[in-house]
Amino acid sequence: MDFDLSEEQRLLKDSVDGLLNDSYDFEQRKKYGAEKTGWSKTVWDKLAEQGLLGLPFAEADGGFGAGAVETMIVMQAFGRALVLEPYLPTVVIAGGFLRHAGSAAQKAAHIPGIIDGSKTFAFAQLEKNSRYDLNDVSTTAKKKGDGWVIDGEKFVVLNGEAADTLVVTARTKGGQTDRDGIGVFLVPRNAKGVTVKGYPTQDGMRAADITFTGVEVGTDAALGDPANGLPLIERVVDEARTALCAEAVGAMDESLKITVEYIKTRKQFGVPIGSFQSLQHRAADMFVFTEQARSMALLATMASDFDDAKERAASVAAAKVQVGKSLKFVGQQSIQLHGGIGMTMEASIGHYFKRLSIIESTFGDTDYHLRRASEAGGII
Amino acid sequence: MDLSLTPEEQAFREEVRAFFRDNVPAGIKKKLSENRHTTKEDMVEWTRILHKKGWAVPHWPKEYGGTDWTAVQQYIFNEELQATPAPPPLPFGVNMVGPVIYTFANEAQKKHYLPRIANLTDWWCQGFSEPGSGSDLASLKTKAERKGDKYIVNGQKTWTTLAQHADWIFCLVRTDPAAKKQQGISFLLIDMKSKGITVRPIVTIDGGREVNEVFFDDVEVPAENLVGEENKGWDYAKFLLGNERTNIARVGMSKERLRRLRELASSTQAGGRPIIEDPKFREKLAAVEVELKALELTQMRVVANEGKNGKGKPDPASSVLKIKGSEIQQTLTELMLEVAGPFASPYDIHGDDNTNETMDWIAQIAPTYFNYRKVSIYGGSNEIQRNIISKAVLGL
Repeated sequence: MDFDLSEEQRLLKDSVDGLLNDSYDFEQRKKYGAEKTGWSKTVWDKLAEQGLLGLPFAEADGGFGAGAVETMIVMQAFGRALVLEPYLPTVVIAGGFLRHAGSAAQKAAHIPGIIDGSKTFAFAQLEKNSRYDLNDVSTTAKKKGDGWVIDGEKFVVLNGEAADTLVVTARTKGGQTDRDGIGVFLVPRNAKGVTVKGYPTQDGMRAADITFTGVEVGTDAALGDPANGLPLIERVVDEARTALCAEAVGAMDESLKITVEYIKTRKQFGVPIGSFQSLQHRAADMFVFTEQARSMALLATMASDFDDAKERAASVAAAKVQVGKSLKFVGQQSIQLHGGIGMTMEASIGHYFKRLSIIESTFGDTDYHLRRASEAGGII
Repeated sequence: MDLSLTPEEQAFREEVRAFFRDNVPAGIKKKLSENRHTTKEDMVEWTRILHKKGWAVPHWPKEYGGTDWTAVQQYIFNEELQATPAPPPLPFGVNMVGPVIYTFANEAQKKHYLPRIANLTDWWCQGFSEPGSGSDLASLKTKAERKGDKYIVNGQKTWTTLAQHADWIFCLVRTDPAAKKQQGISFLLIDMKSKGITVRPIVTIDGGREVNEVFFDDVEVPAENLVGEENKGWDYAKFLLGNERTNIARVGMSKERLRRLRELASSTQAGGRPIIEDPKFREKLAAVEVELKALELTQMRVVANEGKNGKGKPDPASSVLKIKGSEIQQTLTELMLEVAGPFASPYDIHGDDNTNETMDWIAQIAPTYFNYRKVSIYGGSNEIQRNIISKAVLGL
């Protein structure tokens, strides 16, 4: 039983924190968000320089062979600074697919571009009616010669406009919600028949709705088994959920810190409002919620090493439940304790609230994961 | 970073588990499973069993009969004890006054009192709260006046748990009425057989008699019963109250309760199927399981840190344990009540005196629900815990 970071992990944390302290304050973030892609290529290159984009990849593939704890460290730091760059879709998700299922050729073709920062990815998974069910896929991939033809529509694809390559889930056989017959395909964003409609998101990023019309890709586009890709998708999405839990903990830490600072300095009736017990207790509850979320984010992180896939999934579901409840409380109460100023676009706290709220509905909300944990037969 | 126990810790867990499985008297285990109260005789019997094994006071220093277990082993021991279930050692001696004595008392006092606590020769109770001094403990008024080699004690203590069984009471008394609130308080050990002590039961809403009022009317206490220095009692009290950080989460106990809840929900029908198959109930169950899992992890973080930083340095996360631990315990009693439904209502007059051996354990569900409202009140109410977090952690 050990919750300490190793020496290397501490160094990693210091290096990420240092980078963000230097180049990611609230004003700088505004500038990055205003760029066409919704994030900063300069920052992305810095992440590459510090080796952060190569963390989870095997040394043989040019990476550092780091594990889930390292991803947690990075995502927590990103949560604290509300980082906009597409680390989740590129390194965590596309990287996850490539690591777990990529052929040697696929790895060689794609991983170096991720590590050196020259390429970013997006995950085209959500459909109009799929909501949070990963097995609900209407987009089709039909065999044509040696390759595939993809048709369908995907929504709210994070980094969908800027990505060089899209990771697309598509059905190769069966009905809309069958667990069998789902494949994962690598599709160049500029392939013929791909139409991308980009837009800003509530939490200051950019996403896109993407239409695939007779998009032809080669046989090397399929990642893993095109007839039975769901277990792979579930695994990678669980890793993405785990990363989001860590990001949310970072954002909650920062929300609590900003809020406590604020109520220590804001005066009414001649005293700091933080001297009022009703506000103190609210802040104490925010602390309790944050610590419980931190515990479960740790569980989800360490669950990636569990042998039992069912226990792993149940742990991630449970973590998303706790994080969902915690982020709602911490996010909402951060605004409440700020009062009117918390309602303004110019104060940073509202931006934390918005990011936290969107995390809640990414890859399954609290109710969804509560059902999942319950159907798994409990987690105690 | 690693969640798992070392092979040695795992072996220790097996050893402790096997010991509890084989040595908790069946009658006592049944009472605990059914949420009935154990008797004084039960506690003495069980403490002697632990004592014989050398496990009655494991967290004490070795020279006073303790072990040299690590924080993790301590944690495993408590978890397994609660999950068996076995009676937790009587806290007033083992966890409260014992550590105060071996930390602050003189050699003669250590020699006399500590062995008698360890094998439960002396049953201790706690004389802190008073009618006018609950959360604001330092406002206490019971006074002790020095007269020659004696103190004369007058006043009243309340919420004194199991005082009806007690041989001794450790009291916070005011020895300097002129001093500022916290500064005139001393820590005094008083023989419950002393002339002038009256114990009066307080019957709680569950019908049980756990707590009492204790009256002191010109009670003569030998001056040698003072612990440490006169007027330094508040420091010892703070030490005592800060000692129980991780145990308070009651994770092992809540796991055991959860198991009972599942059992009952599987054998109770509603709408033609067991309640446990009702999706709404299952989700409530899953929700409390998530809370409990999070608490378990939080507790593990605190325990792992304690092992690293040495004892007595509270992890900021430890303040979470009391709040969430008590809330979860209460939620479980609430769900139990929900499952019992209309059968929670009949009042069993024999509920607490052990004369009704065949009583179905469902009879204790409602009383336990009522009784467990206490857990967010005692040991520093959850509101006081929030004060502690806001001051000590958030700096407000």
